[in-house]
Amino acid sequence: MSEAPLLDIRDIRTVFRTSAGEVPAVDGVSLSVAPGRTLGIVGESGCGKSVLSLSVMRLVPRPGRIASGQVLFQGRDLLALPEGEMRSVRGGAIGMIFQEPMTSLNPVHPVGWQIEEAVLAHRDVSRADARGIAIEALRRVRIPAPERRVEEYPHQLSGGMRQRVMIAMALACQPKLLIADEPTTALDVTIQAQILDLLRALQAETGMAIVLITHDLGVVAEMADEVAVMYAGKVVERGPAAAVFGDAQHPYTLGLFGSIPRLDDESDRLLAIEGTVPPPFNLPAGCRFNPRCAFADARCRETLPPLAPVGPNHIAACLRAPVEAIAA
Amino acid sequence: MTEPLLSVRDLTKHFPVERGVVFTKRVGTVRAVDGVSFDLAEGETLSLVGESGCGKSTTARLVLRLLDPTSGTIRFAGEDIAKRAPSTLKPIRRQIQPVFQDPYASLNPRMTVGRILEEPMEVHEIGDATSRRARVHELLRLVGLAPYHAERFPHEFSGGQRQRVGIARALAVSPKLMVLDEPVSALDVSIQAQVVNLLKDLQQRLGLSYLFIAHDLAVVRHVSDRIAVMYLGEIVETAGKRDLYRAPRHPYSQALLGAIPVPDPARKRSQAILAGDVPSPMNPPPGCRFHTRCPHAAARCREERPELRELAPGHRVACHLAESIPTPLIPSLAPHPPSAAVAKRLAAYAARRAQAAA
Repeated sequence: MSEAPLLDIRDIRTVFRTSAGEVPAVDGVSLSVAPGRTLGIVGESGCGKSVLSLSVMRLVPRPGRIASGQVLFQGRDLLALPEGEMRSVRGGAIGMIFQEPMTSLNPVHPVGWQIEEAVLAHRDVSRADARGIAIEALRRVRIPAPERRVEEYPHQLSGGMRQRVMIAMALACQPKLLIADEPTTALDVTIQAQILDLLRALQAETGMAIVLITHDLGVVAEMADEVAVMYAGKVVERGPAAAVFGDAQHPYTLGLFGSIPRLDDESDRLLAIEGTVPPPFNLPAGCRFNPRCAFADARCRETLPPLAPVGPNHIAACLRAPVEAIAA
Repeated sequence: MTEPLLSVRDLTKHFPVERGVVFTKRVGTVRAVDGVSFDLAEGETLSLVGESGCGKSTTARLVLRLLDPTSGTIRFAGEDIAKRAPSTLKPIRRQIQPVFQDPYASLNPRMTVGRILEEPMEVHEIGDATSRRARVHELLRLVGLAPYHAERFPHEFSGGQRQRVGIARALAVSPKLMVLDEPVSALDVSIQAQVVNLLKDLQQRLGLSYLFIAHDLAVVRHVSDRIAVMYLGEIVETAGKRDLYRAPRHPYSQALLGAIPVPDPARKRSQAILAGDVPSPMNPPPGCRFHTRCPHAAARCREERPELRELAPGHRVACHLAESIPTPLIPSLAPHPPSAAVAKRLAAYAARRAQAAA
């Protein structure tokens, strides 16, 4: 924790203009990640985790906009950069991979050509050198016979291979930070295991930091050093992975744990969370989780709880924590 | 033992691959399902699991007779329905109902939920207008929705609620067997848990049988009595859930279970990872189909196709070497209870919920 963070997101707020006025998709989120470390961001659909990653890259689609906050990357505020400079950061110092590699690759060009394009945009090399870099990048992501694969089109590759190509493309520009938004969600579990191992090996080789966005608690547990749990646009709990998993404090985090069926457990019922995530245009007053929370009381319906320390480097936004102290 | 409700034998489905527009030429065959056999008893849940392209959904569609089998038999309640003419399938369809993965795509956006639930009863001529409306309200309550939801359209519901409507529609005609094709895969974890709980409750109350198709082995463990693991159109292992999760015998089952990430940062997944991709079902490898990725493959595996053999009562494996392959230590299967602090809080959570329900 002593090392200066590579990426330091400070109190960022991203809003979308709708007929009901401006609604926040990300509402005052602060997170950071140090070089060589992995930050896992977990949450369900609509919690704002993808909008957060798009905010870091300044790629929030209209009618959304970043209303306030700072995104410090190597000490520079990305939100204050001119668009031209931002463009060299995107895909350069910060790489990004998405869930669906088929929609992120151009179907009418060979994959090698696409990697070369990225390399030519960010590095001062010739087309011939770029080809060499592309082949080398494919080799690094363990694609067999890369000299041949560079000539192939995305549709000729399997889902796992396509995701490897995306990773190769991101890595060809030697990023300091890789943002991976649900990188294995569309893949089968044995292929997922291959890709996660690959990401870990590449991180050890290059020392890059990873921001991993996922809904899968298993994937987070395996990959992340630090974990942030998001709900309805806010971080509700954050800390070292061992603390968030071993000493979960927020009732939403606990509800997620109760909801996943365990491979080692045969109990009859899952401890589900009642209700659904509130839409950003209709957020409840007080704690945003209170209508679904088993522990909510009158105070929770009025006061938005701040993130408060619950352990070393471990914070949670719950007025009722620790919940075991509440009389049943 | 009484006769199983559903008994499938040597079921195959081959899709021709053709080239040309006017003069088509057959250039190959996709062996999507290639000799699958299983039984499903009344009130039981059998899950078919495997990765994309293993044939699990095709098998579900064959049982539903949404696809015509190439060969094999599907005995349902004692009668072979594999070769029944489509025009005579209606009484069968009333007893075997599907629930699909995508509740957005499987509900008609122009019908109210009430109409969606009434339609199958009209098709099967069940009751009259008044009794159907009463039944709609009963069905909505059964799946945890409210009678006023009948007036609403599918787009007004969340994903989890839509899947409840999909389940209610299947229940409308009081089926014996539900074929559930990835019913919770499109849902968020907290919603997935609600729907899984609902399916278990309904099974208990109504005595339903489930053929459950899924790729998530943790969900499968939770809902199933027995499990069949599929690979490239074949069943490679079937077992009761306890046996399968305690000691998977087929190398593919072992790899599949070993690949699941465990929600515990202190425990790392086993490092032996299956290399490569699933081969094309158009040109499956000879012998054992898994031999190209199997760490134990011997000469015999490349030549001779292994039959499903019974290794222990109820535990069948299609592997020549099943006896000699040791059961590996799979970290994801070892008990990994939550920490004392989390266990205490989960208990408090469960107690509050029970209190609120009472």
